[in-house]
Amino acid sequence: MKPLEGLLVLEFAQFMAAPTAGLRLADLGARVIKIERPVKGEAGRQIAIRNIFVNGDSLVFHTINRNKESYAADLKDPADLERVKKLIAQADVVTHNFRPGVMEKIGLDYKAVKAINTRIIYGVVTGYGSKGPWALRPGQDLLIQSLSGLAYLSGTSNNGPVPFGLATADMICGAHFVQGILAALIKRAKTNKSVLVEVSLLESVLDLQFEFLTTYLNDGGKLPQRSAVEGNGHPYLSAPYGIYKTADNYLSLAMGDLQKIGEAVGCDLSAYADKTSWFDKRDEIMLLLSDQIKNKTTAQWLTQLEAEGIWCAEILTYAEALQHEGYLAQGIKQEVTLPDGSSLSTTRCPIRINGEQLYSDIAAPRPGAQTEAINQQYHLI
Amino acid sequence: MKPLEDYLIIDFSQFLSGPSASLKLADMGARVIKIEKPGTGDICRHLYTSNVIMNGESSVFHAINRNKESFAADIKSETDKAQIWELVKQADVVMHNFRPGVMERLGFDYQNVKKINPSVIYGEISGYGDTGPWKDKPGQDLLLQSLTGLTWLSGNAGGPVPMGLSIIDMLAGNHLAQGILACLLRKTISGEGALVQVSMLESAVDFQFEAITTYYYDGKLPERSARNNAHAYLGAPYGIYQTANGYMALAMGSIPQLGNLLGCDALLTYTDIGEAFHKRDEIKAILADHLLTQTTSHWLDILLKADIWCAEVLNWAELMEQDGFKVLDMVQEVEMSDGYKYRTTRSPITIDGEIFKSHKGSPKLGEDNAAIAQQLINGQHGKQ
Repeated sequence: MKPLEGLLVLEFAQFMAAPTAGLRLADLGARVIKIERPVKGEAGRQIAIRNIFVNGDSLVFHTINRNKESYAADLKDPADLERVKKLIAQADVVTHNFRPGVMEKIGLDYKAVKAINTRIIYGVVTGYGSKGPWALRPGQDLLIQSLSGLAYLSGTSNNGPVPFGLATADMICGAHFVQGILAALIKRAKTNKSVLVEVSLLESVLDLQFEFLTTYLNDGGKLPQRSAVEGNGHPYLSAPYGIYKTADNYLSLAMGDLQKIGEAVGCDLSAYADKTSWFDKRDEIMLLLSDQIKNKTTAQWLTQLEAEGIWCAEILTYAEALQHEGYLAQGIKQEVTLPDGSSLSTTRCPIRINGEQLYSDIAAPRPGAQTEAINQQYHLI
Repeated sequence: MKPLEDYLIIDFSQFLSGPSASLKLADMGARVIKIEKPGTGDICRHLYTSNVIMNGESSVFHAINRNKESFAADIKSETDKAQIWELVKQADVVMHNFRPGVMERLGFDYQNVKKINPSVIYGEISGYGDTGPWKDKPGQDLLLQSLTGLTWLSGNAGGPVPMGLSIIDMLAGNHLAQGILACLLRKTISGEGALVQVSMLESAVDFQFEAITTYYYDGKLPERSARNNAHAYLGAPYGIYQTANGYMALAMGSIPQLGNLLGCDALLTYTDIGEAFHKRDEIKAILADHLLTQTTSHWLDILLKADIWCAEVLNWAELMEQDGFKVLDMVQEVEMSDGYKYRTTRSPITIDGEIFKSHKGSPKLGEDNAAIAQQLINGQHGKQ
């Protein structure tokens, strides 16, 4: 049995951060119902990457919203709103990511929902929190990355800002949202009272940088210094940390005893006996290593360096990684069955419970696909 | 009341992944006791970054391990082991991030712990799972980025570009915290224990679930744009652009609309929506040249009024001067037992309007041994 079986989650949320949280709760056993406007459904259905649509919805939407149901309701229509309120009365969790003020206008803000259900967990995702001059700015991933300093950590010092090439703020905020909701459910188990949970993309991306920010707040305010050498992996770590070109491909080298690494690579690094120079002179050290590493193939280096216990890896593309035995052995790929009977391959929940991988073949729903069934089951009409 | 008050977590983990999970749980009210090796402790104590040393230990250790206690015990000594067993017996959560097989050798693996504490939630993080050819590889962040395709998403087209922080450690820690909380909820209601496992590999793949699902669908590798790349799968204008006095981010907007708003006629011809993706390199080049001609605030004034998603690009010094940052009250000062104070960030989760701050700094190695022995070990022996 999955740990969250028996929980009912109503997701008024759209796009990414909050719906990824809904997906995680669903995979852990909760029943997650998206409350969507009739016909069109949530706006994320039309947000595509590489312009790919499957069965009328974007592939991204399918990825984020599998294992959920959909209930169609026009929240501006009093009859629909009444039904939704009846459903809320029977739910455990409500989530949304509207900008501040929107749920108040609809009449489903925390205070109103608490009046309907005194045991509700009410979860809100915002971009920048609910107060202050940024509260109404669009909470979009790239903008949050840009405002939070995250864009100055990757790439080289010659690059200018380099954003993380994925919706990092959304993903990390969704992960925090799940934790807040679960902690709130634990609190409710003791108090039997409703709980409000709030996270924001900005706070989450600051938390993601907490190691660096703690350093920054205590080292006299030195901004991160990226290396000038291409492939450098981390603004605060010493040589050799980074990716190097080999005769046929690339090789990553993580932290380790630089003298030992130098010997293994065939590079005289005796001038860098003082450990502080591993950071202060990382650029010249990385260039010295590069000069050697480019002469042999990745496979040769891996054999040689792994035998010495040096932390290194090849650089794989999806084509290589997703075929690798190391990946396949984890059974990460799963198929969901689309309404038209065809199937779609995606990845599963990253958490195992009691040794079991959590799979589900339920695809993302069409808008309102379960409206009738939910009306019946929860006596909404 | 904090939601996890009254829960005891015995944490054997080191470095970042596991300890970042227990920090989240500590901030939400749990009592976290780090079990550390006498003499050296968590190796992270001396894993310095940019040569910064704070009160004798690394800045990252202080960031990750505030609000926790330290119990120094040699897991290989029989006397110490007996003490650890007393703690484990009373724990709600036991967690570690050793490589597969290590905890079995040390004797505190789930099967053994469950025998004396059947309702325990036992959490573990591995690098690559406990099967397959990668299982004994070091579970290190850059290696995981390298092996899962993540390095082909950031930066402009060309070589691999790692994400410049330990993103996979952070994700795995968050996923472990999720699994522990889900099972802790069930335990609170039904008393049932559970084993929760995550791996950095599965966490790295989950992070890329959109891109990997796309690869499974069309079999095409990610293609970063030649310039101003911010997302390999999105069209123009998505990216960061230099202006006359800094940088700005542009997340969306139809190309002709941007042309009109920005007074850039060369963009008006891209009327076909598909071109924003297929011709993104040339569109981005036009946009980049044009945005260089005026300041960031000049462009933002125009675009924000039109509800175009855009922002200035800030470094931390600039960010921390903003009212939008200050209103979050994100920075807190903590104090160690010897009076050393430092500033750090707080938990990102707000519950019932309460932000979770804690004044407690990181523990010195073994500083809580006596108190823990008195509260949780000696008294328990007496009761037996």
